[in-house]
Amino acid sequence: MVRFEDVTLRYGQGPEILTGLSLHLEPGSFHCLVGPSGAGKSSLLKLLYLEQRPSSGRISLFGRDVIRLSRDARAGLRRRIGVVFQDFRLIEHLSVYDNVALPLRLAGEREREIRRKVEELVAWVGLAAQLQADPRTLSGGQQQRVAIARALVGRPNLLVADEPTGSLDDRIGNRLMHLFQELHRNGTTVVLATHNLALVERLGHPVLRLHEGQVLQENKDQGSHDLLQGELP
Amino acid sequence: MRSLTRRDLPLSGDPSARFLPLLIAFMIFLAALALVGAEALRQTAERWESGLSGQMTVQLPADAEEEAEARTATAVALLQDIPGVTAVEVLDRQEAAALLEPWLGSAAEDPQLPLPVLLTLTVEGQIAEIAAEARARLSDPLPAAQVDDHQEWIGGLLNLTRGLGALAIFLLLLVSAAAVVTVVFVTRTGLAVHRPVIELLHLMGARDAQVAGRFQLHAMRQGLIGGLLGLAAAAACYGLLDWTLAPTTIALLPPFRIGPRLLLLLALLPAIAGMIALLTARITVLRTLARMP
Ligand SMILES: Nc1ncnc2c1ncn2[C@@H]1O[C@H](COP(=O)(O)OP(=O)(O)O)[C@@H](O)[C@H]1O
Ligand SMILES: [Mg+2]
Repeated sequence: MVRFEDVTLRYGQGPEILTGLSLHLEPGSFHCLVGPSGAGKSSLLKLLYLEQRPSSGRISLFGRDVIRLSRDARAGLRRRIGVVFQDFRLIEHLSVYDNVALPLRLAGEREREIRRKVEELVAWVGLAAQLQADPRTLSGGQQQRVAIARALVGRPNLLVADEPTGSLDDRIGNRLMHLFQELHRNGTTVVLATHNLALVERLGHPVLRLHEGQVLQENKDQGSHDLLQGELP
Repeated sequence: MRSLTRRDLPLSGDPSARFLPLLIAFMIFLAALALVGAEALRQTAERWESGLSGQMTVQLPADAEEEAEARTATAVALLQDIPGVTAVEVLDRQEAAALLEPWLGSAAEDPQLPLPVLLTLTVEGQIAEIAAEARARLSDPLPAAQVDDHQEWIGGLLNLTRGLGALAIFLLLLVSAAAVVTVVFVTRTGLAVHRPVIELLHLMGARDAQVAGRFQLHAMRQGLIGGLLGLAAAAACYGLLDWTLAPTTIALLPPFRIGPRLLLLLALLPAIAGMIALLTARITVLRTLARMP
């Protein structure tokens, strides 16, 4: 599903954020990406959803080398990835409905299908009453749920979320995690970056721990609690 | 893969959407007026050249009436003989007096008033040569006759008109260049507002052509709207000028007509603005996208 081989990343002439990182994620797995702020979690995710090019190394997604692909083929890969951005990136003057519909419209789906899927998903994230609202009038938590609905509406094979609980209170954060768990049970591969260690422990999924530009892959049997100690601020 | 439409991704909510058509309107307004001005001057020069140059005048100095008549007859006979002269018209004493009446009042009718006799010649051919011939033939019998072929006067006026026309063309070129630069600049500035949307569409898996397609159509619409606004404003301005000036200038300037070629060019201005905006948006968006992997 996802394979990184000896991947390095640096921004311009800056230091190497990721240094010879390798990892492999199985289809249908659920991983939590942890590490202190500035460790490079967001950078790793950007490589994953193809916002960044690695400085060196190989990345393959769905069994295809992403660097060698044509631009249009890479666009095709992106359509199989749902991203919940840390800052949501909703389009301001579009209604909740149109924001969520955008991936389907890009894919050229029929309006009737779009309506059915969008209404269902928006209701699922609990925003049925806000379907025609301008996202600017919504609270941070509501905006985040719109962003999640948009990430999911195209039934992605891979879901990437960067600090999705960052701006949420615990109750909504928990509901959100339930959504992700449900998706995971439906076969979607999920990668979730967070520095909320209590959440990671509660989820009990394998942990990808970023440390000095490398990733330590741990599975849940290994007692993640010990490994995560010392990272709390 | 289909392209996005206005309904999928409306872009008109941003302030640049109002700004761009207005600036384009202003540019097209200036371009249209400069174009019409240049054409008006060109037509004026053309008409003066072809219309007035076919005439010259001969002036016989004032004299006692009975002698004047004989001399006028001699002059007419001599002048009619010159090859190229097609008609000789005499402005006689009564007509001359009538012309002077506004200035001299009833004194103009005084038979004692010394008035010159004016002959108007209609000629065909090289007017300067015909004038020289007229001077040669009149010099012996009527040494005081003055031949005026208007060439000096018309030449000066023509030079002025041609100079103004060239200036208008130069202004038109300047305005066109400024219009192109403005449309390019404003379109790019407008797109800067949409950069986050362009990035987002890219990350969602939109192809470059899809993204560019949406933004170039948006820009073209704005260019067209602006162009039409500018053209309408220019037409209103022209109509107003025509309406206020027509009664006063009709005697001075030959009537100006907007021909089919100029009309077509004017009608094309909004389309040109739209095309420039479209191309600029396309190139700008594709360049922006090229920086993303
Ligand atoms: N676009 C960028 N340009 C330059 N440096 C960046 C950029 N994005 C992130 N960085 C740097 O890379 C490092 C890792 O950042 P990031 O991936 O955001 O970490 P995290 O998400 O774990 O907090 C930080 O030092 C940050 O300053
Ligand atoms: Mg981050």
